[in-house]
Amino acid sequence: MTQDMAAQGLRESATFDRATIHAIQRAAETGIYDIRGGGAKRRLPHFDDLLFLGASMSRYPLEGYRERCDTDVVLGDRFASKPLHLDIPVTIAGMSFGALSAQAKEALGRGASEVGTSTTTGDGGMTDEERGESKSLVYQYLPSRYGMNPDHLRKADAIEVVLGQGAKPGGGGMLLGQKISDRVAGMRTLPMGVDQRSACRHPDWTGPDDLTIKIAELREITDWEKPIYVKVGATRTYYDVKLAVKAGADVVVVDGMQGGTAATQEVFIEHVGIPTLAAIGEAVRALQEMGMHRKVQLIVSGGIRNGADVAKCMALGADAVSIGTAALIALGDNHPSLDEEYRSIGSAAGYYDDWQEGRDPAGITTQDEDLARRLDPVKAGHRLANYLRVLTMEAQIIARACGKAHLHHLEPEDLAALTIESAAITRIPLVGTSWIPGQQL
Amino acid sequence: MCGISGLHLRNPALYPQLGELLSGMLCEAAERGTDAAGIGLYGDPRLTPAGTTTVSVLDLAAPLEEVTRLLEARGLTGVRLLEAGQTTVISAANSAAELETAVRAALPDLIISGRGTQLAVLKGTGHPDDLAATFSLPSASGWQGVAHTRMATESAVTSSGSHPFSVGPDQCLVHNGSFANHATIRRELRADGIVFDSENDSEVGARFLAAQLAGGADLEKSLRLLCERFDGFYTLLVTTGDSFAVVRDAIACKPAVIAETADWVAMASEYRYLAGLPGVADARIFEPEPEQVYVWER
Amino acid sequence: MGTLTDTPFTTIDLTAESVRELNRRLHREAAVGSRWRIIGSMGRHNIAVGLAEKLTVEIDGHVGYYCAGMNQLADVVVNGNAGVGLAENMMSGRVHVHGNASQSAGATAHGGLLVIDGDAAARCGISMKGVDIVVGGDVGHMSAFMGQAGRLVVCGDAGDALGDSLYEARIYVQGRVRSLGADCIEKPMKAEHLAELTQLLADAGRADDPAGFRRYGSARKLYHFHVDNASAY
Repeated sequence: MTQDMAAQGLRESATFDRATIHAIQRAAETGIYDIRGGGAKRRLPHFDDLLFLGASMSRYPLEGYRERCDTDVVLGDRFASKPLHLDIPVTIAGMSFGALSAQAKEALGRGASEVGTSTTTGDGGMTDEERGESKSLVYQYLPSRYGMNPDHLRKADAIEVVLGQGAKPGGGGMLLGQKISDRVAGMRTLPMGVDQRSACRHPDWTGPDDLTIKIAELREITDWEKPIYVKVGATRTYYDVKLAVKAGADVVVVDGMQGGTAATQEVFIEHVGIPTLAAIGEAVRALQEMGMHRKVQLIVSGGIRNGADVAKCMALGADAVSIGTAALIALGDNHPSLDEEYRSIGSAAGYYDDWQEGRDPAGITTQDEDLARRLDPVKAGHRLANYLRVLTMEAQIIARACGKAHLHHLEPEDLAALTIESAAITRIPLVGTSWIPGQQL
Repeated sequence: MCGISGLHLRNPALYPQLGELLSGMLCEAAERGTDAAGIGLYGDPRLTPAGTTTVSVLDLAAPLEEVTRLLEARGLTGVRLLEAGQTTVISAANSAAELETAVRAALPDLIISGRGTQLAVLKGTGHPDDLAATFSLPSASGWQGVAHTRMATESAVTSSGSHPFSVGPDQCLVHNGSFANHATIRRELRADGIVFDSENDSEVGARFLAAQLAGGADLEKSLRLLCERFDGFYTLLVTTGDSFAVVRDAIACKPAVIAETADWVAMASEYRYLAGLPGVADARIFEPEPEQVYVWER
Repeated sequence: MGTLTDTPFTTIDLTAESVRELNRRLHREAAVGSRWRIIGSMGRHNIAVGLAEKLTVEIDGHVGYYCAGMNQLADVVVNGNAGVGLAENMMSGRVHVHGNASQSAGATAHGGLLVIDGDAAARCGISMKGVDIVVGGDVGHMSAFMGQAGRLVVCGDAGDALGDSLYEARIYVQGRVRSLGADCIEKPMKAEHLAELTQLLADAGRADDPAGFRRYGSARKLYHFHVDNASAY
C-alpha cells in the first residue's frame, strides 16, 4: 500500500503519522485520554543491543546436559528467616485478579509451580486459586491496599511493597467498571461496575525514612519470617535502590518502561520511566557501591522475552527476572487462532492491547464468565511451564557457551554492545572496540 | 529523608543541659538517617565565646597553628580553632564580616558551613551516635539547638551535603522531605550571584530563605514565600539568632510534632525524640497544620 | 467483653524489653482472654501490631507509628498519644486512644471500632474499607479520602477536603467542616442514620447528642470517568 501512496506522490509525516492523526481525532471526539494495556511499544534501547562473546581460544564451553549449569536462586536471605528458594531465576510478576480472570491466575500458579518458581499477587488481593496453586507466592502491598489483610500476609511466602511499576511510575491502579464484577468488587470493597479510582501514594507512609518503619511493621506482624521486597518503576533507579536498601529491603524489584499494565493512560506508558536496559545498570552500581550486591537481591522486569534476555540480565548483575506480558502470551494472549475475534472488537492478533475493556477472547484479561471459561487453567498452566523451561534452557545454553557453571556466574565481560547508546547505557564496550562512551579509557 | 528535631529553651536554668537533651533527641533519630548528622548550637560558651564571632568550616586539612598564623596575618585577633570531626570552629574578636572575609581569603577552597555571633554548626558523615561523641554534644550548653540525621536521597553523602544548612548569619535550616522543583530555583539564585556548596535540595531552601531575610522580609513572610514557591513534601525547622520556626507543605505527608511547656518548645519528626525531655508528660503536644508558619521568639 | 475482670495483667516494660520481644510474646504466648499492660513505651513504633486473638492490651504512655496495626479481635487501649497510622488496616476488635492520634489513623481498615478521645490529624480514615472511627476532637485535612466503606464520626471540626473522592463510607460531623473534598456532599439525616450514629456514639462511650451532627456522603458523580469531571481528577 505504501508503494502505491508513494507512486501517487503521497508522503506520510514522521511527526504527524497516521497513528498520531488517529490519536488526535480520538481525543477530539471523546474528550478523554486514551487508556490501554501493555507496556511501552516504541523501539527503545533493549537487550537485543547486547551480544554474548561465547567461547574462544581462551574460554572453553561446557558440554550440554553433562556439565552442570545451575539455575537456582535464593531470594530474601538478608533478614528473613524463611527466604525463597527457587529452581529458576524467572518469576511471574504481579498482576491482579481483576485485571486477569481467576482462570488466568490459576494457570499462572500451576505453570510456575510446575517449574519451581513464584507468582505474585496484584492490586486486588490474594485469591484462593492462586494461593492454592502457587508453591511460592509473593503478596503485593500497594497504595490501594485492596483486599489487604494479615491472614494473607501470613499465608504469603514473601511480601512486595510496591512504590510503582515501569508502565506508570507515579500512577495508581486502574480498573474500569466493566471488569469490576461481583467477585472483584467484593475483594476490593468497591461498588460493582464503578470505574475504580486508586491512590498513587501509600496512605500511611511517604519517603524512605517512613518506609523503614513500615517495613519494620510488616516484619513484626509476620514475626520476621517473610522476605520483604520493594518494587519500583524505573526512574531514578540508582537512588531508589540505595534508599530501598537503607529502608531495610531484602530484595529490590526494578521494572522498566517496557513493563506492562492492565490499564493506564497511553501517554503514561510511552513517556514516563526509563528502559529496563538502563535501569539494570543503575541498580547494580548502586548495590555494588553499598557492598550489597548479591546480599540484597535484584529482580529485573520489563520486556523480558527469551533466554537471551534472561542471560543478559544475569550477566549485568541481576539475581532474577520477572515476566508479565510474556507470561500472558504464553497462556494464550494474542494467539493467531483468535484473529477473527480480535478483528470483531477492533483489533488484530499480535496487536491486541485493549485489556482494560475486559472483552478478551482468550479469557485472560477479562471478568466475563463466558470468555474466562475459555481458558483451561491446566492446559494454559502447562503452556506457561513449557515457556519457562525454554527460557531457562536457552539461558543455560548461552551460559555454557561462556563457560559458566551457574547462570549467576555470567558477567559483564561476557558481553559486547552493538550500538553507541547501549554501550554508554550499560558501560559495555562497543563491539570491535574497547570504547565505552562517557568513560575514561 | 531524615530525622529532624530542635529545642528552644525558655528557662535559663536548663541552658547547661542543652547538649545532653539535644544528644538524646539526635540519637533517637538515628534510625531515620544513618548516613550523616549535624547540629546547630546557639550560645555555647565553649564554641561561641562571648565577645567573639564564629565561623564553622568543613574538611580543614591544614594544621591548626598554620591556619591561626594565616588568619592573624589578615588582621584577626584572638583567633581560636576547635576541631570537631570534619568541622573546625574558628572564632575571633572581630566582626562577623571581617572574620568571614579573612577566612575566605586565607582558605579559599573551604566550605563555610555556619557563621554568626551565637551559632556553631557541627556536621559530618557517619553514624549519629559516633558524631554526637565527636561533637562533644552531651557536654554542650546554650539556649537553642537543632539536630539532624540524614538518609541521603538524591545527592551524595558528603559533609557539605549534610544539614543543618547555615547560609546566613546565625541562621539554621533542617529539612525532612524532598523538594520537587529546586533545580530551577537553584538556577535562579545562581543567576542572582548566589554560590552553592552542594547539590543538596535542602541547601536551595536555605539559600532562598537567606536571600529573603537579607532583603528585609521577616521570617514568617519568608517561610510563606518558600511554601508558595517550592513543590514537594517537606517539614522545615528554621532558627535564627532570635527565633525558632516550623512549617510544613500544603499536603503535609512528612511527619512533625511540636511540644511546648513553660520551660521549652521542641519540635521533632517523631514523638520518641521528645520522650526524654523534662516535663514532657505535661507538655502541650500538637501537630503543625499544613502551610502554617509557627514562630517562637526569644 | 469475654475477659474475666480478675484476670491478672502481665506487665512488660519497653525500657527493658524490645518491641520485637513484646510482639513475639503477644503473637505466640498470649492466651485468649489474657491481659497485658505495657509501660515505658516512649513513643516506640509497631507496638502490639498483628494481634490475632481476643486479648486485652493496655499501654500506659505514648506510642509511635502503626500501633495496633492490622489488629484482629484484640482490645487495645493507649493511655497517651499515638503516632502515624494508628490501627492501620485493622480487621476487627477495638482500639481506644485517650490522647491524640497522628496522621492516617485507621488507614485502610476493614472492620472493628477505633476510638480517639482527642484530635486525629490529617487523613483520618484514609481509604477506610469498613472500619468505624469515632473521634472526640477534630480531624485534619483529607480525612476519609477515598473512603470506601465504614463510618467516620467527628465530634469536633473537620479540616479541608473532607471525604475527597469518597466512595460509600458515611461521615458524621458535629462541628465545622472547613471544606468538602471532590464528590463529597452533605446529605439528609434520616431515622436510620440517626440510629446508626446513636449506636456508634454509645459504642465509643460518648455523651454527644446525635441531633447536633450533620451527615456527609458521596455524590457518586466520579463513579464513571467523564470528561466533564476532568477538573476533579
